[in-house]
Amino acid sequence: MGEDTDTRKINHSFLRDHSYVTEADVISTVEFNHTGELLATGDKGGRVVIFQREPESKNAPHSQGEYDVYSTFQSHEPEFDYLKSLEIEEKINKIKWLPQQNAAHSLLSTNDKTIKLWKITERDKRPEGYNLKDEEGKLKDLSTVTSLQVPVLKPMDLMVEVSPRRIFANGHTYHINSISVNSDCETYMSADDLRINLWHLAITDRSFNIVDIKPANMEDLTEVITASEFHPHHCNLFVYSSSKGSLRLCDMRAAALCDKHSKLFEEPEDPSNRSFFSEIISSVSDVKFSHSGRYMLTRDYLTVKVWDLNMEARPIETYQVHDYLRSKLCSLYESDCIFDKFECAWNGSDSVIMTGAYNNFFRMFDRNTKRDVTLEASRESSKPRAVLKPRRVCVGGKRRRDDISVDSLDFTKKILHTAWHPAENIIAIAATNNLYIFQDKVNSDMH
Amino acid sequence: MFARGLKRKCGDQEEGVEGFGTVPSYSLQRQSLLDMSLVKLQLCHMLVEPNLCRSVLIANTVRQIQEEMSQDGVWHGMAPQSVERAPIDRLVSTEILCRTVRGSEGEHPTSELEDSPLQSSASELPIVGSAQGQRNPQSSLWEMDNPQENRGSLQKSLDQIFETLENKNSSSVEELFSDVDSSYYDLDTVLTGMMTGTKSSLCNGLESFTAAAPPPSSTCKSDLAELDHVVEILVET
Repeated sequence: MGEDTDTRKINHSFLRDHSYVTEADVISTVEFNHTGELLATGDKGGRVVIFQREPESKNAPHSQGEYDVYSTFQSHEPEFDYLKSLEIEEKINKIKWLPQQNAAHSLLSTNDKTIKLWKITERDKRPEGYNLKDEEGKLKDLSTVTSLQVPVLKPMDLMVEVSPRRIFANGHTYHINSISVNSDCETYMSADDLRINLWHLAITDRSFNIVDIKPANMEDLTEVITASEFHPHHCNLFVYSSSKGSLRLCDMRAAALCDKHSKLFEEPEDPSNRSFFSEIISSVSDVKFSHSGRYMLTRDYLTVKVWDLNMEARPIETYQVHDYLRSKLCSLYESDCIFDKFECAWNGSDSVIMTGAYNNFFRMFDRNTKRDVTLEASRESSKPRAVLKPRRVCVGGKRRRDDISVDSLDFTKKILHTAWHPAENIIAIAATNNLYIFQDKVNSDMH
Repeated sequence: MFARGLKRKCGDQEEGVEGFGTVPSYSLQRQSLLDMSLVKLQLCHMLVEPNLCRSVLIANTVRQIQEEMSQDGVWHGMAPQSVERAPIDRLVSTEILCRTVRGSEGEHPTSELEDSPLQSSASELPIVGSAQGQRNPQSSLWEMDNPQENRGSLQKSLDQIFETLENKNSSSVEELFSDVDSSYYDLDTVLTGMMTGTKSSLCNGLESFTAAAPPPSSTCKSDLAELDHVVEILVET
């Protein structure tokens, strides 16, 4: 489908009981696979749920965003580090799909310490009539076999099997915040607060440390790594972001240890906005390369920025997500909301960017037209094919009907995790323990 | 001659901290932020596995506040001396003139004030307040200023300041004691020192209006050193 500037969306949702939020059900990550056929979510209880696009939905304009539960499995369990006497949470921090190389799908999931590689296979046939083994699978006494019998494959109901193929443990001292699969399809990286490691997908007991920003004296620590990602095409390039608002592009061909960056992307601070919270709100919570590989998208507390890889002095575009919160930073600091890590996403053609906000609002910015829209993920908009209305937050002055004032925002409802289908205008929004899927409104003129 | 002398004093103070009248509320905001941050850091320490990014951001904020407090310490030491030589009524006049200067008013209001130094025009203060608001429209740190600026009289303003000090002191104490873990001896000691510091600050405010001697600055520096030490310990965790 072509690029539709109409930002109204038709929604499909997977809702749970909204009045009672179990901590374990809170969704902590959302990720489409490379074709958009599958969508994986991870939650704080260590579970992974995989949704599959319904085959019929691809050709029906109104239901292109139809996804159904395909598989559910427990990826991580709570663990205990006996050496340090520390509990390790089972919360899924990130899920990344591997490019599909055969009939099976593969994904990496990680909690704070351990990365696991999972294989997802389908089975819809079983062999029947095999006479060399008994019903328990043991080999029969061959002397009793008097005839050769060729087994026949009989159809059975589709079964989805998920099996762990690799467990990558003991690579990180601090909490893993990012994993990224290299375009070479053989290696991947994992990043924690102070280090970035490079792994081979087939080797679990060795990784190479490629970035280490841990100071000799931990008292000198003033900056941490917040996110990291490989370039989509150049297997030697990756970027990592910091809690001080900078981005570092590293080239693995230049040096094995990338503590010295190739490029540093930083924006000079606006003195008129200087406050005690300037550093906290400049901390980068997410970084994403564009599909073209030319740009990087970053999210900090109040803005999303687009950076050109060829210009390090400042971003080429800056969009305000919720600038009205600038006057409330002190109370947001007090309530710890200021430390919330919102993610950001590109659409398939790199022309629209999306990110979340409070009150279950999410924001979209069209880079070409410069139009932006605020939409809400809520039960009221969750009926199939309901059209979302734009929302507006008013800061004093005239208030229209349906506007919401800054003081009425619900800061416990936050859209931290969003994902955009790699090829179509279908988006997935995680709102606490609910997953919403929205698609473009189909224009009636098409019929 | 009188007017010229007063102008020079206003200029000095304005260069220092954007006006004498705003010092107490800005300091209160900063002190409150520091208190909040230290409590957050201690909670980080108590967590089994603290969020390192959050801890580092809070620690950096604490360092920034301390740095600013250290710089302000120099001005703080000088101000009482200059105030010491001035009688109370002149201090009052200086206060009014400073506000006038901040409002960027012409000579006309100045001459008005000269005629009646102890009185303030009802129409003048709202203008000054508005200007003050425009200067820092989005800074939460200055939120408390606007209501005070719009008070009808200086006496009420002073009462408001002292009332705020008392409320903040009480609030700080409750906050600290409800959250502080007694098992952490060093931080407890530092917090006790801070409370003493707060009281000293209040007393110092009172003394400056009665032309008393300021407290020694070495105490302040040693307190800051202790805070640095605690912050470093917490960050290392």
